[in-house]
Amino acid sequence: MRRFLISLALSAAIILPAMCQTGDAASGKKLFLRDGCYECHGYAGQGGAAGARIADIGLNAKGLIAYVRAPAGQMPAYKQQVISDQELTDVWAYLQSLPKAKPAKDIPLLNALKK
Amino acid sequence: MARSKKISPLSSPPSSFDRRGFLKGAAGAAAGAAALIVKPETAAAQEAKEAAEVHRPATPLPGAKQTAAETAPPPKVDVYTTDRPGADYMVDVIKSLGFEYVAANPGSSFRGIHESLLNYGGNKMPELLTCCHEESSVGMAHGYAKIEGKPMMIMAHGTVGLQHASMAIYNAWADRVPVYILLGNILDGTWRRGDVEWNHSVQDAAAMVRDYTKWDDSPVSLAQFGESAVRAYKIAMTPPLEPVVIVADAVLQEEPVPAEDRHTLQVPKLTLPTPPAGDYGAVKQLAGMLVNAENPLIVAGRVARTPDGMKLLVELAELLQAPVLDRRFRMNFPSPHPLYGSGSIASADLILGLEVPDMWSTTHTQTPVNRMGMVSRPITKPGAKVVTIFAGDLFGKSNYQDFGRYDAVDLAIAADAEATLPVLIEECRKLVTPDRKAFFEQRGAKLAEVAKRNRDRDIEQAAWAFDASPVSTSRMAAELWNQLKDEDWSLVSDLTFVSNWPARLWEFNKPYHFIGGHGAYGVGYGAPAAVGAALANKKHGRISVNIQCDGDLNYAPGVLWTAAHHRIPLLSVMHNNRAYHQELMYVEDMAARARRGVETVHIGTAINDPNINYALMAKAYGMYSEGPIDNPNDLGPALKRAIDVVKKGEPAMIDVVTQPR
Repeated sequence: MRRFLISLALSAAIILPAMCQTGDAASGKKLFLRDGCYECHGYAGQGGAAGARIADIGLNAKGLIAYVRAPAGQMPAYKQQVISDQELTDVWAYLQSLPKAKPAKDIPLLNALKK
Repeated sequence: MARSKKISPLSSPPSSFDRRGFLKGAAGAAAGAAALIVKPETAAAQEAKEAAEVHRPATPLPGAKQTAAETAPPPKVDVYTTDRPGADYMVDVIKSLGFEYVAANPGSSFRGIHESLLNYGGNKMPELLTCCHEESSVGMAHGYAKIEGKPMMIMAHGTVGLQHASMAIYNAWADRVPVYILLGNILDGTWRRGDVEWNHSVQDAAAMVRDYTKWDDSPVSLAQFGESAVRAYKIAMTPPLEPVVIVADAVLQEEPVPAEDRHTLQVPKLTLPTPPAGDYGAVKQLAGMLVNAENPLIVAGRVARTPDGMKLLVELAELLQAPVLDRRFRMNFPSPHPLYGSGSIASADLILGLEVPDMWSTTHTQTPVNRMGMVSRPITKPGAKVVTIFAGDLFGKSNYQDFGRYDAVDLAIAADAEATLPVLIEECRKLVTPDRKAFFEQRGAKLAEVAKRNRDRDIEQAAWAFDASPVSTSRMAAELWNQLKDEDWSLVSDLTFVSNWPARLWEFNKPYHFIGGHGAYGVGYGAPAAVGAALANKKHGRISVNIQCDGDLNYAPGVLWTAAHHRIPLLSVMHNNRAYHQELMYVEDMAARARRGVETVHIGTAINDPNINYALMAKAYGMYSEGPIDNPNDLGPALKRAIDVVKKGEPAMIDVVTQPR
């Protein structure tokens, strides 16, 4: 769960506002599935017990690349031989395209859980 | 075999028709059925008739030889019947132990007991459950025991049946669950007929599972069977609870009890030992440590051995206002409680592990699989004390390594935690001064705030991918809770593979709300354990719910038929993520580490192409089903329809195509 976010919190250099960077979201989606990002982070980047949420975390492409090359926690490092900087930029673009979650209060099933 | 008295079948007397219980006062109602009297002439005539019916058009008229063979008086043969098979005595013993059920895939080496259970025992207490695989039998017994608090009996061949059953036995062993295993065998080689009986016989049947069973015996007389069968039950039910094996020799089962021996056979009385409580001095010392600690943390492993376990743990936690970290091996602590999950290992100055099998792993980090070397470090703060109460310290074995790494704790109390809690609570109560009580209340208020923040965070996180397809595991949990929240429910599956969402969103507060997990992570546990637990829940009218992993079900899906056949009400919701997902992630790790081929790791790990239709599978086994569902908006109504079926006493399945975790 914490494999991404703990490290991100420790590294101010990569907690930056999303910047204008080129990336092909359609290609990124294919890579997201081909290279198995969904396995730990979910098809919607929502995260789970095996990996942190990576949808809408305010990370720019440079930050994503830096983290993927040298991650903390349980996540394996993905080097150039496995996925290029451009491919990671495409993945970043795909992540940017994913819908954000509604607030739980706007989802009746979840709002009912709040006390 | 040192059998003192070999009984020849040919010298046995003809049967009488009366097969009433031959042990006066033995438990259970004898069926009183007549002994099977074999009538060769009648059987031959019946066979000839059936053959004629099947083959009538093509069958020529019988020749003189055949006519003579079928109409002449049969040659004189010795016909063997009996009215006092040893199996009847075995059934008397089995009944005295109070088993509700015996699960078995049929096998010739225990056919004697099988028949006696039905016709002498009346198929009640225990009732025979028809299983399609011995792993299912043991898995069902595993789940059943965690609801019912006592063992189910299973029967299997001492050879091929036990080989099938062995993984499930190991799971039960690691999960500290009593399973009563009865094996059939023919020990004396001169009694074996043909190659099947030779192939199905073994010198030491229990040897294969001796490393992960608590006790076994292979009695060579009925009197020894009686004593050993009762002793096995007693040992299984003495903490640490574990599986046991008793071998029922086939000759003892099938041969008559000699008349001169009948009066000597008794059913031994069962007296369960009191569970071992901790040494009083050590418990007093621990009470002092707990009351004086600034930030104690209770780690709960398999504390709740009975429903009282949860009440006692709540009482201790509330007395101290100490947080509980529940490892979720049992229903130890209510999830809505403000002390649930609100502490941490890193901030605790005293950590009390209650029936935690791997305390070292709880208090240490380890290197991820993709990092260099094997480095670990404690995550406890300097000076923190660690105390354990663990029945596993009283008994263990060496070959299988489920005991985990050695943990150098500060005080180890070798005892059953639940049995120790009353004294510990009392000793703590004596030491709590008004000042400490005030301090505890302040601590409790802070912990309650943490617990609320944790829950709010979980609810917000659940919103991610809520409308996604495949269906997110948080959505599945939320939809299920919406259907269950006003029902008397019991979750009879593990949480690990669905990101623990039920524990994060539902309100677990009754002892039967959860049964824990596999024990040894032997996949194939989930489906049969759910069926067994649902069977135990049936008489209470609870709605049993099983979040069923697809990989797990494919080991022995015939247990779905067992659920349908025996009308076991159980809602199974498929977590159909179409992969052995843990292994998929591991192979991904290996590929990334080797800097190559991450796109190939689905080979050997994915369960697709073709996708398996579990709804059709369930239908094939005679079960109500819907799906596969990949639109999350279709899930709620489908669950409601399935629960309506379960309320009528039948199993049902909803196949849901899900996100990985």
